[in-house]
Amino acid sequence: MDLLAKLKKTNLTGRGGAGFPVWRKWEAVKEAPGKTKYLVINGSEGEPGIKKDFHILKNFLEDFFYGLDLAVNFFSIKRAFFYLNPSYYALLEKDLRRRQPAYLEIVKKPKDAGYIGGEETAVLNALENKKIEPRLRPPFPTVSGLFACPTLVHNIETLYQIALLAKDEYRQEKFYTINGDCLWTGVYSKPENWTIKQVLIETDNYPDFPFFVQVGGDASGLVLNMDQLKQAVGGAGSITVYSQSKHAPLDLIRGWIDFFARQSCGQCTPCREGTYRLQKIFSERTPDWALAGEILSALADTSFCALGRSVPIPIRSYINNVLKRSDASLWPDFPMAAAQDLCACF
Amino acid sequence: MPYLSGEPPFLNSSGPDQNIKKFMAKKEIHFKLNGQAAACAPGDTIMQAAKKNGLSIPGLCGHPDFPAKTNCRVCVVEIKGRPKLEPSCAILVEEGMEITTDSARVRQERNLNLELIFAEHIEKCPTCVWRFECPLLFYAEKYKIKINRFSDRKGQRQKYSFANAVELDGSQCIDCRNCVDACSLLQKIDYLEVSGKGVNQEIKPVARSGAYCILCGQCALHCPVSAAQEQSEWPLVERDLADPDKIMVAQIAPSVRVTVGEDFDLPYGRNVAEKIISGLRRLGFKYVFDVNFGADITTIVEAEELLDRLAAKKNLPMFTSCCPGWVNYVEFYEPRLIPNLTTVRSPHIHSGGIIKTYWARRMNIKPENIVVVSVMPCTAKKYEAKRPELRIKDLAPVDHVLTARELSFLFKKNDLDLKTLPKDQPDALLGDYSGGAALFGGSGGVMESALRAAAFSLCQKGQAKICRTRIDFEEVRGLSGVKSATVELGGHRLRVGVVNGIGNIRAVLDHLADFDYLEVMACPGGCIGGGGQPIPTTPEIRRKRIEAILKIDQGAKIRRSNENQNAILALDWLKENKNLYNQIIFTKLVSRI
Repeated sequence: MDLLAKLKKTNLTGRGGAGFPVWRKWEAVKEAPGKTKYLVINGSEGEPGIKKDFHILKNFLEDFFYGLDLAVNFFSIKRAFFYLNPSYYALLEKDLRRRQPAYLEIVKKPKDAGYIGGEETAVLNALENKKIEPRLRPPFPTVSGLFACPTLVHNIETLYQIALLAKDEYRQEKFYTINGDCLWTGVYSKPENWTIKQVLIETDNYPDFPFFVQVGGDASGLVLNMDQLKQAVGGAGSITVYSQSKHAPLDLIRGWIDFFARQSCGQCTPCREGTYRLQKIFSERTPDWALAGEILSALADTSFCALGRSVPIPIRSYINNVLKRSDASLWPDFPMAAAQDLCACF
Repeated sequence: MPYLSGEPPFLNSSGPDQNIKKFMAKKEIHFKLNGQAAACAPGDTIMQAAKKNGLSIPGLCGHPDFPAKTNCRVCVVEIKGRPKLEPSCAILVEEGMEITTDSARVRQERNLNLELIFAEHIEKCPTCVWRFECPLLFYAEKYKIKINRFSDRKGQRQKYSFANAVELDGSQCIDCRNCVDACSLLQKIDYLEVSGKGVNQEIKPVARSGAYCILCGQCALHCPVSAAQEQSEWPLVERDLADPDKIMVAQIAPSVRVTVGEDFDLPYGRNVAEKIISGLRRLGFKYVFDVNFGADITTIVEAEELLDRLAAKKNLPMFTSCCPGWVNYVEFYEPRLIPNLTTVRSPHIHSGGIIKTYWARRMNIKPENIVVVSVMPCTAKKYEAKRPELRIKDLAPVDHVLTARELSFLFKKNDLDLKTLPKDQPDALLGDYSGGAALFGGSGGVMESALRAAAFSLCQKGQAKICRTRIDFEEVRGLSGVKSATVELGGHRLRVGVVNGIGNIRAVLDHLADFDYLEVMACPGGCIGGGGQPIPTTPEIRRKRIEAILKIDQGAKIRRSNENQNAILALDWLKENKNLYNQIIFTKLVSRI
């Protein structure tokens, strides 16, 4: 069975966070007209709370490069680019250089590229020396990517899993990064279909105190309470545990907003202006919750890319899933009723 | 603030860069718009389709000259089955799509984005030439926007001034990036860049050395909110108009007569020269002339220079130089071509010089009391008029340059409605012109006019083997990027080329040996698409304007410049004083790098 058939059969999904089936990407690139095709490895791993790609490079470098070779050979690609988190490069330079194939160019992600610098079309812009910000889609990178050629963009883990699949060692697992208020933080490979609870228990990380979690990234991930853990882990597979009593609500909300405001590329109105206004609103002694809610709605509904659309996710899910259900006496100063405005959406 | 011109003209970007083949099989797409059955053509964006069905969707960052950017997020609509709102300027209508443009959700989020944009734009309405056309003010009123909902955040932003012609006022910029697209995609000058990130993003001149602004003003022509704009001279004109000691003289460029009407809701391409003249008189101008007269002077002298160079086989190919954006380009980027540019001055500088000498003498007016104001389609003309090498006896031939936009603004500010103004004629001596002169307003016009005059001159001098009666040179007309042709001139095959927009110059620069005579206009369409013209200027509008220019030529009593008796008269008078003639007619360019 050829590799594409195997990809179809197992329905292996990309591990960058969006979960798009790999075989569909491959078919799109295969069918896209054009002599020159590129492969870009997105090794930016910019979502806070996710460290699996580093873990793979450090421990399974050979498998990763094998997967890369397979993809490159499958499409007869002549040039591939490895866009890499600069801190990873600094730590792994020797090993990478030793195994680096002739067709591969390693490009360090610029220091100021930030969070948005990991978005796949922003990566393409970075490689083309353009302003680091997402592109309008369509066209999709599979049709018109790097230098307007069909481009296969893959996450590090995806190529690693492809290698396992080719060797018939693929075990339907994925990497989970566990962070936060627990003892055994780190990266674990566990079955894809495990629930959050299972992962926490099996890694001996299930807390014995009231807690909540954020899954799929410390920025754009969903916040869930203790009763919502019977679901699989979305996004790029992180679970961050928060002790219920250690984290004050306004600090959390401000933390998320500050992160997004700092990382916004500035291309579209709601994200550039909206995240800035949210920062202003929450630097006030009495925030205008209703206005903040309107801004979150515009971010969710009208942002250019997933960064802006993500801003409301942690904030709203934290309020709905955690604050609403927790004991009001825990944060007596927090204006619970007013904060509901953040969740008013269409 | 009254919004005089009604709804902002419909603008949509040229659509997303995508394969639309899948739609080609169908002749018509059926969809639902706010619950009503509607139809559009395959490949239409939602915004275009809505317009066809009588509905205007607001938007700020789209322009037909550029691919969609979708960064303002004002044109968002709801599409059934899609989780979030979508930008209607980039999404193509699909069969069966159900689109809602007026739901509470769309209203709230679109309005919020507009309010956020307002907080980027420091309102300078009282002195803004754009205030009667401003889409921000229009939308504020239409959608009941709370324009002060957020505090202004760009008060401290820098204003970048480019010579005395163009400026980029960061305190008014809404980050739509049309100016960058104009400078890069259209003009390929790449002088502007988006620097910084997030809320610190700023449009500014590139840091790279060797980059120069050619002052074409296409940034201003594509700016929806007048952050990129001409450096206003109307306050100076108002000041001089109020001075009883000044003799105020206005002259109107070939192209503005077919464009200014647009600012007064007249159809595209309407020739309003006579109304502009009466409007100028009402503003207080004592005399009004036509730059077309100057264009005849330019044509006659340039045709002679062309024939001289062809005979001497020297400094060929010869380039036109009446476009000041092109001249700036040569001085900055291609100084090796300076000897190839015609040494003949541009039309309004010619007529300005003649006004302050020949006409002043005939009228017995002291030249230093005359203030010449040119109404131009151009921002670069503001700089040209201030060039020291053009001064005659220490007087500038032209004192102030107003863009077409500034003229509309002055009219509206003084409650002069072009629609109801009576017709009037230019003043004697410098008022008549040939059809060739009229053609100066559009791409290919200078070339065609010069070819007519050169052929006529050869014939007059008995140097032509066969005297041809050919007047029309269709080969050099039209809106293609580069036009080339081989025409017969005095028994020689003359290889001519016309560059329509500086963005197309590369094709010619790489093949100079293939040409004898070249016209270059920095702005797409030539002057009718100039950086000082009414906004919007789109491919469709350029086409209508250039058609109007051709119509003026076809209806003209005389078609060749050397048939303009008053121009010949003025030239003969000048020739009596060789020194003065040279001062008024010729110029000298220098490399500026």
